[in-house]
This record gives sequence, structure tokens and C-alpha cells, in this order.
Amino acid sequence: MDKFRMIFQFLQSNQESFMNGICGIMALASAQMYSAFDFNCPCLPRYNLAYGLGILLVPPIILFLLGFVLNNNISMLAEEWRRPRGQRGKDPAVLRYMFCSMAQRAMIAPVVWVSVTLLDGKCITCAFCTSVPVETLGNASNPSLSQGEMKRVLARIPCKEIYDGQELIANEVAIRYLRCISQALGWCFVLLMTTLAFLVRSLRPCFTQAAFLKSRYWSHYIDIERKLFDETCAEHAKSFAKVYIQQFFEGMSTDIAAAHCHPPRKTPVDVGEAAEKLLGITDQGTMNTALKSWHRSKPPLHLHLPALPSANGWAGEGQPPTHPPAPRKETATYYSRV
Amino acid sequence: MDRFRMIFQYFQSNSESVMNGICGLLALASVKMYTSFDFSCPCLPRYNMAYGLGIMFIPPIALFFCGLILNRQSLVMLEEWRRPQGRRKKDAAVIRYMCSSIMQRAMVAPIVWIVVTLLDGKCLICAFSGSVDPEKFVGFANASLGQVQQLLARVPCKDDELMRNNTSRKAVSRYLRCWSQALGWSILLILIVAAFLARWLRPCFNQVALLQARHWSNYIDIEQKIFEETCCEHSRLFAHKCILHFFESMQEEIKLHSFNLPREGEGAEGEEDLLRGITDQDQMNKLLKMWYYEKPPLDVNQVTQR
Repeated sequence: MDKFRMIFQFLQSNQESFMNGICGIMALASAQMYSAFDFNCPCLPRYNLAYGLGILLVPPIILFLLGFVLNNNISMLAEEWRRPRGQRGKDPAVLRYMFCSMAQRAMIAPVVWVSVTLLDGKCITCAFCTSVPVETLGNASNPSLSQGEMKRVLARIPCKEIYDGQELIANEVAIRYLRCISQALGWCFVLLMTTLAFLVRSLRPCFTQAAFLKSRYWSHYIDIERKLFDETCAEHAKSFAKVYIQQFFEGMSTDIAAAHCHPPRKTPVDVGEAAEKLLGITDQGTMNTALKSWHRSKPPLHLHLPALPSANGWAGEGQPPTHPPAPRKETATYYSRV
Repeated sequence: MDRFRMIFQYFQSNSESVMNGICGLLALASVKMYTSFDFSCPCLPRYNMAYGLGIMFIPPIALFFCGLILNRQSLVMLEEWRRPQGRRKKDAAVIRYMCSSIMQRAMVAPIVWIVVTLLDGKCLICAFSGSVDPEKFVGFANASLGQVQQLLARVPCKDDELMRNNTSRKAVSRYLRCWSQALGWSILLILIVAAFLARWLRPCFNQVALLQARHWSNYIDIEQKIFEETCCEHSRLFAHKCILHFFESMQEEIKLHSFNLPREGEGAEGEEDLLRGITDQDQMNKLLKMWYYEKPPLDVNQVTQR
């Protein structure tokens, strides 16, 4: 029991570090995904904006949802949220705590993607190349180009091989300008996120420490209770199956003995336990019959307790006892709070 | 119990080394971030200064906040600072000690970034290329005022068409880089001398107060950890009792309402204990349904009359 307790505590104290580990791995995976992704600007007037902003914003949404999916506490939160009130009140503070801690972890990978994208600069260059201020950076006084033509020329800025607007605005100048803006945005975004994270973490002890301790305790409690309940049910199922199967074999053996008009075999005393374990089935034909009936007609899920005088112990025998009516509250004195 | 004590001792001795490790990792991460960052000076008159100084100062601020966030002790310090006095007095010296040790560790990564930036030189070249005196450089001495600003702004961009063959560009670059590296090394020297003096001279001033502050700050940290572990253990036991009582109460109801003959309890005693009186698919379904629809209240005082 001691070992179980220690392992359990280790897991419990490390549940948070386990989730932090997954969170870190997802952040690294997001940076790796970006560098492995082959960015390919379409270099066409309206498509550029859609492509650039799409690459900037759609993968973070996917990563955010993935962060929730990979977090195994999400089902616990959903369960606690949707359960009927019953005899135990629901505390919205606990639900909020669980949701906030999951959301914070899920936000990290998207923030990394957006930062890396902005610091790299390709997306913003692709998306906003048609909005470069040609008057200040190049020669806007070229009269032969209409508005649409100019946009088409500017849209090719990210694609150096097909760019043909050197007289309008030099390619390197435009790219440097857009990249500078993108990197400035990126660093400001990083600073904003770290400042927010710092404020969220440091303002909590100043205002709501007591409520926080309560929510944290009860959210851990709900998690532990769920795990323990599953363990208890698993133990119960094991014992149930054991007794059940034992009774099935005993029933088979009695049945076959009765059908073949053999008196129940008396196992010689010296054979002992091994013979007992055979449960009366000692030849291939009998075993085959047992297996066939296990598959074709499983008996109902009703254990016959030892004191019941049952002669034929199997298949289709007694009906389960009639269900007790809905529990009367006055018998459940356990539940009352004194 | 022995093992628990060993684990606690491990935590105690390693709290500082864990924090030092995080601090070191953050410093390495800051160097890695700088080398993988693709510095790209805009080479435009007003933008250069903003970009160069921005790259030099904004990431250190972000790294500083990261250092504070990743350090667990900063939360402990804040809690100790903001807690109501209650029956335990607050010691300002302990809080100051914790604050200073947290700040020192959080400052390492930003300083590493700034020093690496200065030693590399690109930021300063980008920021101050427009501020050099053009008279000193042959290639720029003859240009008109408006043009000279434009030209100087393009110095950081080696591949710019105007700058590709300009020999004075290299001269300006070298000049600024020299200043940048000198500044970097000087800052490094000053900081190391300051750290050295602080470590050496500290025992001369108020050693006793320092020992006390250090002891009590460790104590607060450990107390917090042990409290969390005790809460975990408690909630585990609470849950265990709650579930057992739930099964027992189901067993009671079944006994009251079922028509089975009273058991005499012979035979598989152990197994039936584990079964807790639930021996039927419907009973089990009912138990699971009750567990979902009517969780028992959080109260393990036993007031049942058996």
C-alpha cells in the first residue's frame, strides 16, 4: 500500500509536470513544423493577402485545438460540467480553474507559431507587399502604370525571379522594409505575451489566493476520485468475472454429469488441487461443448451466491431479482450532513 | 516513511540547483535565439535606429519576464509578501533576500543577450550608421546633406546596389563594430568585477542576518511544497473513503430491497468483500447511474445506522 501511495503521489505531483512536458514538446513541434513547411507565396494581387494571413492564423487555431485534445483532463472537465447536480453541489470556481489551466497550456504552441512566423517575415512580406509605400521608397511618378498594373507588379515582390518592377521600387528595398515591419511586430507580440503571462501569474497571489487554493484542491480531488473509482470498478469486475466463470464451469460439469448419467466423479484424495481446478471437465468433447455454449448462450449477469440451493447452476436459470424501487431518501442516512 | 524523507531531502537540496539550471538553460536559449534570428536592417533613415535599438532592448525585457515566470520561487515570494499577517509575523529581510535572489537569476539571460548583441555588432552598426560624422570617411565627405543620410543609412546592407562597391562602407562598418565590441567587453568586465566584489565582500557585512534570511526563505519554500503534497495525500484518502462509503450505501439499499435469502457468508469470503454486495448487471448499472446522477456529498462522517 505504501508503494502505491508513493507512486500515486509521484504521478499526482507530476501530472502538472507531465502536462508541462507535453506543452513544451508541442511548442518545439510547432517551430519545427514551420521550418519544415515550404512557404510558397502565390505572387498574385488578391491571393497574396489570403495566403499570407491564412498561414499566419490558421495553423495556430489548429494547434490550440490540438492542445485541448491532447490534454486528458478535458474529459474530466466536460464530465464535471455536465453531470446532474444530485447530492453534491457544483462549484463554478473549480470549473473555471480547470478550464483556465488547460487553456493556458494550449495557448503556448500557437503563440510560438505566430512569433516564429512574424520573426521570419515571409508571411507578412507575402501578405502586404501590395501595400508598400512606393512614394517614399521608390519612384511613384511612373505614369504608364495603372493602379491595377502597379498592384500586379508589386504582388511579385516576394518572387524575386519573376519580379519586373525594379524601376518602380527596388526588390531588396521593399523586402527589407516589409521584413523590418514584420520582425518589429514579432518582437512586440513576444513582449506582449510574456508581459501578459507575467501579470497573470503575479497578480493572482495578490488578490485571490484563498479561492485559488480551494479550487486547486478540489480540482485535484475530482481527478483522483475519478481514477480511484475506475480502479475500484476494475477490481470489482475482476472478482465478478472470477466467481462467474467458476460458477459457469461448475454448472457445466454438473450438467454434463447429469446428462451422461454418471455419478459426479469423486476425485481421488491424492490428486488434490489440480483436479479441483479442472472443474469436472476432463476430455476434449466436454471442453468443446463448454466453449460452444460460452459463445452461443452466455448466462445472464447474475451471480448465484453460495447459500442459494441451486441444482442446475447455469444458462437461462433464475431471473435477476426485481429491481428495487428508486431509493427512498430516508434510508440513505449516510448522506445527511450532521 | 524513510523514502518520503529521502524525497523531501532531495527536494530541499535541489531547489537552488533546479533554479540555477533553469537560469543556465534560459541563457543558452537566449544565445541560440540570437544566432537563429535573421537580423535584417531596413537600411532606411529613421527606421534603422528604431530597429537596431529595438532588437537590442526588447528581447531582453521579454527574457527577463520569462526568467521571472519560470522561477517557482517568485510565486512563493509574492504569496509571502501578500499574505495577511495572521498569527505569523512577516520578516521583511526574508522577502528582500528572496526578491534579490530571484532578480539576480532573472537578469542573467537579458545580460547575455545584450552582451552577445554588442559583441556581434550588427545592431549597433544598423542603429548608428546614420549618426557617424561623414567628414571622417572619404566616400561620404563629398555627398550633399540629403544624400549622405540616405547613403549612410545603407551602410549595414552589404548587398545594396549603391553600397556594393563603396570602400567607405567597410570603413564605417569596422568603425562602428569596433565601438560595439569595446562596449560589449567593457560591460562584461564591469559586471564580472561587480559580481566578484559582491561575493567576496558579502561576508564582511551582516553575515548573521544573511544566514537567517537564507534559512527562512528555504523554509518557506519547503513548507509550501510539503503543504501541497499533504493536500494531495489527503484528497486521495478522502476520495477512497468517499467511494467506499458509496459502495457500502448501495449495498445497504440492495440488502433492504432485494429478495435474496440472507447469505451465510461461507465460501469465497475474500471475493465477496471485494464485490461489496453488487452481484448483478442491473445493480452495477444502477450504481454507475447513481454515481453520475447523484454523486454523494463531500462528507465522510459516518452517521449511518447499520
